[in-house]
Amino acid sequence: MKVKKKTIGLVVYFILLMLPIYWMLNMSLRSNADILAFFTLYPKNITFANYIKIFTDSSWYMGYVNSIIYVALNTVISLSVALPAAYAFSRYQFVGDKQLFFWLLTNRMAPVAVFALPFFQLYSTIGLLDTHIAVALSHCLFNVPLAVWILEGFMSGVPREIDETAFIDGYSLPRFFITIFIPMIRAGVGVTAFFCFMFSWVELLLARTLTVTNAKPISAIMTRTISATGLDYGLLAAAGMLTIVPGALVIWFVRNHMAKGFALGRV
Amino acid sequence: MARIELNEIAHSYMAKPKGESDYALKRIHNVWDDGSAFALLGPSGCGKTTLLNIISGLITPSKGRVLYDGKDVTELPPEKRNIAQVFQFPVLYDTMSVFNNLAFPLRNRGIHETQVKKRVLEVAEALDLTPFLNMRAAGLAADAKQKISLGRGLVRSNVAAILFDEPLTVIDPQMKWDLRRKLKEIHEQLMQTFIYVTHDQVEALTFADQVGVMFEGEIVQIGSPQDLFEKPEHRFVGYFIGSPGMNFLECTLEGNVARVDGAGIVLDEQIAAKGHRARGKLELGIRPIYLEIHAESANGMVPADVRAVEDLGSYKIVTLTLAGKTLKANLPEDQPVPEGQVWLGFPPQWTKLFADGWLIK
Amino acid sequence: MEKWPNNKAWFLVIPVFVIVAFSAFIPLMTVINYSLQDILAPGQSVFVGTEWYKEILSDYRLHEALWRQFLFSGLVLLIEMPLGILIALAMPKRGWGVPASLVTIALPLLIPWNTIGTIWIIFTRPDIGLFGFGMNNLLGIPFDHTASSLDAWITVMLMEVWHWTPLVALLAYAGLRAIPEAYYQAARIDGASAWSTFFYIQLPKMRGVLTIAFLLRFMDSFLIYAEPFVLTGGGPGNSTTFLSIYLVKIALLQFDLGPGAAFSLIYFVIVLSFSFIFYQALLRVGKGETV
Repeated sequence: MKVKKKTIGLVVYFILLMLPIYWMLNMSLRSNADILAFFTLYPKNITFANYIKIFTDSSWYMGYVNSIIYVALNTVISLSVALPAAYAFSRYQFVGDKQLFFWLLTNRMAPVAVFALPFFQLYSTIGLLDTHIAVALSHCLFNVPLAVWILEGFMSGVPREIDETAFIDGYSLPRFFITIFIPMIRAGVGVTAFFCFMFSWVELLLARTLTVTNAKPISAIMTRTISATGLDYGLLAAAGMLTIVPGALVIWFVRNHMAKGFALGRV
Repeated sequence: MARIELNEIAHSYMAKPKGESDYALKRIHNVWDDGSAFALLGPSGCGKTTLLNIISGLITPSKGRVLYDGKDVTELPPEKRNIAQVFQFPVLYDTMSVFNNLAFPLRNRGIHETQVKKRVLEVAEALDLTPFLNMRAAGLAADAKQKISLGRGLVRSNVAAILFDEPLTVIDPQMKWDLRRKLKEIHEQLMQTFIYVTHDQVEALTFADQVGVMFEGEIVQIGSPQDLFEKPEHRFVGYFIGSPGMNFLECTLEGNVARVDGAGIVLDEQIAAKGHRARGKLELGIRPIYLEIHAESANGMVPADVRAVEDLGSYKIVTLTLAGKTLKANLPEDQPVPEGQVWLGFPPQWTKLFADGWLIK
Repeated sequence: MEKWPNNKAWFLVIPVFVIVAFSAFIPLMTVINYSLQDILAPGQSVFVGTEWYKEILSDYRLHEALWRQFLFSGLVLLIEMPLGILIALAMPKRGWGVPASLVTIALPLLIPWNTIGTIWIIFTRPDIGLFGFGMNNLLGIPFDHTASSLDAWITVMLMEVWHWTPLVALLAYAGLRAIPEAYYQAARIDGASAWSTFFYIQLPKMRGVLTIAFLLRFMDSFLIYAEPFVLTGGGPGNSTTFLSIYLVKIALLQFDLGPGAAFSLIYFVIVLSFSFIFYQALLRVGKGETV
């Protein structure tokens, strides 16, 4: 009986969680005139006009491409620098290790708004403004510390006897690291990549500040729906729905890894 | 305190078990008398822990009934069964002091605080935990933590039985010895029913009056340590108990002579007669300690080759080959070991015959 | 477990150090530089010392934004931590329900932050939103987050709880899954109630992940920008102008670089010191010198 109550509570929570998203879906399938004309719980005259408009206008769909390029770049950069560093923090004791770790974490606490303007100036000075790499690099500010933090946790869970045995067997550090160690913590690498993807994908302020046209993210282009005639709710909702899709796809593909990662008791 | 009765118990972890192999426990039918110290011995994966969890109520068996003093408790959860259980790894309430950890099972049952204090102090004294009582449990060493787990098992004075699931796994060998002796003392004092699960034969044989040997979901034999050693009813008992285990040789019968390839070994006449009627694969079994090694041939002896000798200080283990099969023999330290070919004697009273794994008697 | 002392490990850390320093030191220097100068025109500036700090620290709108921010973050932690733990406790432990609920719960976390604002505009508008329309027309409670400060606060809180409770739930769930089955078995044998099991086993064992959740939620709620900016634009009036929104207003919209930079640094120091204090405090609770 108790189990049942729990499940009912959870289902109610899931419905509340999905309701706002459902509402946006409802709006995205109606024309703006239809939306403003009457209130309805489900779209009575379904139209895909909003979606068609987005997919036929290159400035719209290039927004998605831009976002995906810099998110992927950021995930690759963050992981490739964080892996060796996390190994160093989990295995070695060196001068300034604790201070360095704390300093890294403080960058996770910096108000992004603080850095928006100096970033703009920095990247325009070195001529990287309005490029994907600029956004990817700027997101490293909060993703690299997070990646080091998470990976260090996973790596500390692997007993050091494994490293010692491999070194005695004549493995060099890079070979051991790539062929033995990384495969052992692949669940952790997956979880980390997931978090890097997530935080880079959802960030807007830096992405918008550092881009003009060529690398502009979709979430910034969305603001264009506010035109002289007022807000086009249908179009805004359709664009919003489309920004949810890549994230939803990513979770869908990693769902079993997540379940496994959670079974290991680490995030 | 109670007599525990397991009535045709079988258990499978699958929702819809198909064949016999899906069952973790195949058929357990057994009674444990009130106040006895009982050990369950078996390799990992044989179903010992499953059986223990069925007795305590953590698992409801797929088939069969569990009775305490004749009362059916099969459907009751552990908290309603009045039973204590100690687990393989220390389980502690990290945020509590040692005292509160020990008091926890009593307080949950609404026992009066003066009584709680008395019992906790008694148990702490018995387990040498008194100096730690006011410390936090989380910061202690592994053996002290396990002693707290043991203490929580022992603290309730009126339980039907106390179940131990390999409780000394994390303890150092020296400490293990002390704790086992302590448990035995406590048992003799309280005369509660103890059921002790282990894969370590020394632990089982020294702790308990009665030992049950488990193999692939069944209890294959229950008996005193001496019975298990001298009259193993199943080849697994012979193999698992004793170090090294019993020697087994596949054989055929001719009259009262067992033929192992060319060699002939004389058996007890009655056993040989029963062996002729038995079905399945016949095997001859003899404990290494009863195997005789002679330099000269005599009547009824069979030739064998010495392959290796290990000197263990107080005795020697000799490895021999007989008709391509490997045998082990224990020799006293002072007996010289001949080299090369030797003659083996199989005393009929210690030479057992097994059909399909089961002893012919 | 002692770690191997080896200063060569620095070579492994250098890439991280370089990449983060590039994104942290140079902008930080720029910000410090600005905060000490009055920039009259590009290339023309005067050193003003601590002038901007004095001005910013005595700005009553900053004080208001700061209190608003503390109230907001306090409410966020007060609501999201227990709610997240409750959800984690209710989540299934095995079977198909595990990936299903993980996917459902993680979904809000992967929605871009300004889309979150958009979703909630559409959801709460009194004319077209399910929530706004329902409140006004079905329940008869007047509700308009663009006109009433209280309604704006309620909307922002609802959005924040909707958006971020899943993170707490996921972390708490991970912590729960790490508890060995033997603990639950021992609790049943010991006759512990569901409440004692929670209080003496689950909560202490979740301490590590809950510390992470607490710190992340404090930091991120204290830095919140995009979602309320899209939803309310800081209004009505200044009622939902949180620190970040006010900072962007000064630094990027009014282009007051000096005061903006001074503000940034003060803001940074506040987040840093509170995170540090919380971290130390939570660590001490964990060690628990008292029994």
